[in-house]
Amino acid sequence: MINRTITDRDGVKRYLITLNVNGDARTVLVKGNAILANVLRDDFNLTGTKKGCELGDCGSCTVLLDGTPVDSCMVLAVDADGHDITTIEGVAVNSKLDDIQQAMINYAGIQCGYCSPGMVLSAKALLTRNPHPTEPEVREAISGNLCRCTGYVHIVEAVLAASQGKLVPGEHEYPREEGGSI
Amino acid sequence: MSKQYSQIGHSAPRIDGPEKATGAAKYTLDLKFPNMLYGKILTSPHAHARIISIDTSEAEALPGVKAVITHKDVPTLKYGLSPARWDENIFCSDKTRFVGDKVAAVACVDEPTCYRALKLIKVEYEVLPAVLNFLTAMDEGQPLVHEEYANNINTEIHQEFGDVAKAFAEAYHVRTDTFIGQRTYQCPIEPHAAVSMWDNGKLTIYSSTQSPHYFQYYIAREFGMEMGDVRIIKTFVGGGFGGKLEPTGLEFAGTVLAKLTSRPVRMFYDRAEMFAHNRGRHAQQMEITTGVDKNGKILVAHANFKMDGGAYTSLGIASAYYAGALLPMTYEFDNFKFDMYRLYTNLPACGAQRGHGAPQPKYAFESHLDNVAKDLGMDPMDIRILNARRPDTVTPNDFKVNSCHMRECLERAREMSGWDEKKKNRVKGRGIGVSTGSFVTGAGYPIYRTDLPHASAFIRLNEDGTAATLYTGAVEIGQGSDTVLCQMAAEAMGYRYEQMKIVAADTETTPLDFGAYASRQTYMSGTAIKLAGEEIRKQIIDMASFMLSLPPEDLDVDNGVIFSKSRPDKTIAFEAVARKHFVLRGPMLGKGVYTPPRLGGSFKGAPVGTSPAYSFGAQVGEVQIDEETGEIKVLGIWDVHDCGKVINPRLLHGQVHGALFMGMGESVWEEVQFDDKGRILNAELANYKMLTAMDMPPIESEVLDSYEPSGPWGAKEVGEGSTNPTLGMFSNAIFDAMGVRVNSLPLTYEKVWRALKEKREAEAKAKADEAKPQAAAEYCQPAAPA
Repeated sequence: MINRTITDRDGVKRYLITLNVNGDARTVLVKGNAILANVLRDDFNLTGTKKGCELGDCGSCTVLLDGTPVDSCMVLAVDADGHDITTIEGVAVNSKLDDIQQAMINYAGIQCGYCSPGMVLSAKALLTRNPHPTEPEVREAISGNLCRCTGYVHIVEAVLAASQGKLVPGEHEYPREEGGSI
Repeated sequence: MSKQYSQIGHSAPRIDGPEKATGAAKYTLDLKFPNMLYGKILTSPHAHARIISIDTSEAEALPGVKAVITHKDVPTLKYGLSPARWDENIFCSDKTRFVGDKVAAVACVDEPTCYRALKLIKVEYEVLPAVLNFLTAMDEGQPLVHEEYANNINTEIHQEFGDVAKAFAEAYHVRTDTFIGQRTYQCPIEPHAAVSMWDNGKLTIYSSTQSPHYFQYYIAREFGMEMGDVRIIKTFVGGGFGGKLEPTGLEFAGTVLAKLTSRPVRMFYDRAEMFAHNRGRHAQQMEITTGVDKNGKILVAHANFKMDGGAYTSLGIASAYYAGALLPMTYEFDNFKFDMYRLYTNLPACGAQRGHGAPQPKYAFESHLDNVAKDLGMDPMDIRILNARRPDTVTPNDFKVNSCHMRECLERAREMSGWDEKKKNRVKGRGIGVSTGSFVTGAGYPIYRTDLPHASAFIRLNEDGTAATLYTGAVEIGQGSDTVLCQMAAEAMGYRYEQMKIVAADTETTPLDFGAYASRQTYMSGTAIKLAGEEIRKQIIDMASFMLSLPPEDLDVDNGVIFSKSRPDKTIAFEAVARKHFVLRGPMLGKGVYTPPRLGGSFKGAPVGTSPAYSFGAQVGEVQIDEETGEIKVLGIWDVHDCGKVINPRLLHGQVHGALFMGMGESVWEEVQFDDKGRILNAELANYKMLTAMDMPPIESEVLDSYEPSGPWGAKEVGEGSTNPTLGMFSNAIFDAMGVRVNSLPLTYEKVWRALKEKREAEAKAKADEAKPQAAAEYCQPAAPA
């Protein structure tokens, strides 16, 4: 549903599109080859959407397009016209963290944090469609999000914990004394 | 059992958790400044080529292009790790030495204009024959990568300790094996990025860096500036793993572009450029010979290595020394010989990657040790326990080891994994392997020659005592240093972690710290911070003594409360005391500094590998091999570590998981591959094959109750040491499952399948010709390196 186009003096056509980002209608003029990740980051300053490869490999730029996780570096902005987009900035409501965010913090599912926004959104989409996933289902749901720091161990644990409403790990899991086994 | 503490020894949630979980955390590529330009670097498309001419006129004429620079616009001073091997320039002037070598750069109003401008720069090259195979790089008649380095030798190491010849002569069994390690890349998910800007002769660079201090030093040196006029500010860093320890063209070119345009310039490497910049793990050929007595006690070892350095020294001279230096760590033997050639090739430079220099040699040594055990009819676990290093010992190359639970790590891993049971009840296609590792807790000497301390810190109390800010040059890159250092500060002060704030890794506002490498932050920065916290503690107790009219010796402070040791009802809040101090005596500051003691021997290369403390660990892994396809299914991994006092258990185990994950990738999947022109074939994440969540096997990670007497509260390293055993562990598990050895990394399904096929063919041949002994099929030839 492209509404309007404008052609500049060099003959480059631009499209006027409206994206519903985190509940706000945002209108912007983009070139036909503009990717959604860049529009979110550069036009709307929503830099929580990360770029790690721009090839759809790493998943750092994951956003929800009408609730479905997509690599926003692989989506043309014009194709997102009129659609609902949730970025990481739209996950916490009125500064209250989502359960997944809280579990990711408490279970140390975050290290460098670069994959975390995409990871949270993929997990959020999973728990929305399947509130009580099994471990293999969690692993599958985040398999498009690469993490170089954690070996995914604490991320998987955090997503499962969030699905069970167990947002704070019990001390027994890592005994106060000296680490312990997992 | 060690003492209970209120602030350390607990899994406090990360101090930067909420920012990272909500997308608020700003990484360098997220920064924008008014009037900011965008920069890109033009690189060589040839592995080895003479530059005939560079014509930038068309690029300069393109609207939106604000500056175009080449070697004529930048200092000609070479840079690198050690003065004897400064061999890299900001831009190539005479020739380019790898596909990706820096030739020119542009600054433009936006990124699309940058890419158009790069295409308009006309570089005329004369393509030269390239050196692409490090194993033949020394041969007569090979082209020279650098004319001043004969036979393409970048670094040559020959070390000998004890009486090697005598020990080999006396050995009951001597065996030699040769292994090949592949080139891997750190692959942080965050691309390298820098924003450079000038203000009145002062240069400020926001950078994705592991060491603001080294960046400040190198950049000031390169541009002939005072260090005080260069400010490096670390933003959030999306992983480093060694690849962000030295400045890149982004900082060097950005500095010049920002100066010429008087505007901030933001630059980054895209994923393919990151692979081309590289500085990852060296490919290596590793020949290991050991002599053992009839009980399997190692008497002597000779490591004879060659490594592919790529086109420049980078941090690779340290990697070359580390490769041998850490070999005699987990097992005790007195006689050791280490020969190494680090060779120049026309490939991207190699440098420091997690476990710096140690993981591949460890893979070779541990694989070799299993071969030796098999020759002797010994259980691989038994030969390791027999040779395991003991505490308070000195290695043949003069490294002093204090705490060491190598033997206990092995024994616990044996128990956890059900080793004996699994060895007894064999399942077809299934194998179990063990390996050990060890790593430095911070390097004993700095990267460049200086007498500066290695770490320093100060703590400032807010005037009402409701917050304390830790100022440190320590570098959070994801490993959790900001969190554990705040826990340590709070513990030393008698304060609460929850009230700590931190300002870190900005060369202008935080005191010197060398940064995040060699697993040094918890120990070295932690020692400085402990001293700073103790200065606060002392001042708090002094003031409380005045306020409560009790002698300071009777007072102690913990968890934000000052209390009398003799009269438990007498307490006062930390905040009240801090406020009173400010009113009567002014701001309260605590400071601390750390310099390691003089360490190591006096032979050439003796400083590399020195450390005030060493971690130890053992890993056991169980695999199932599909004989039809060579597919390796990992059934389980058991990791036991001796890493001293644990400051934050959950973050610590996260380090073990991440190190193991990286090691597993290097063991089975990851390899940077080149074509016959020196171009990278898989400079993207899909074909480099990082492991996904679906590829990770179950991991059981455990730490021993350990105390390092020299460390803060007994702490020592964990973050890199856990990568060291992994490659050897996989190699040995696969060997155990198949009965044949794949002698080159990565241990891909294809190589496993080929080894099994060769074994079957050899067995069939042996059966057909029964006159020949069957033992010949036991060891297959090394698979050809890819």
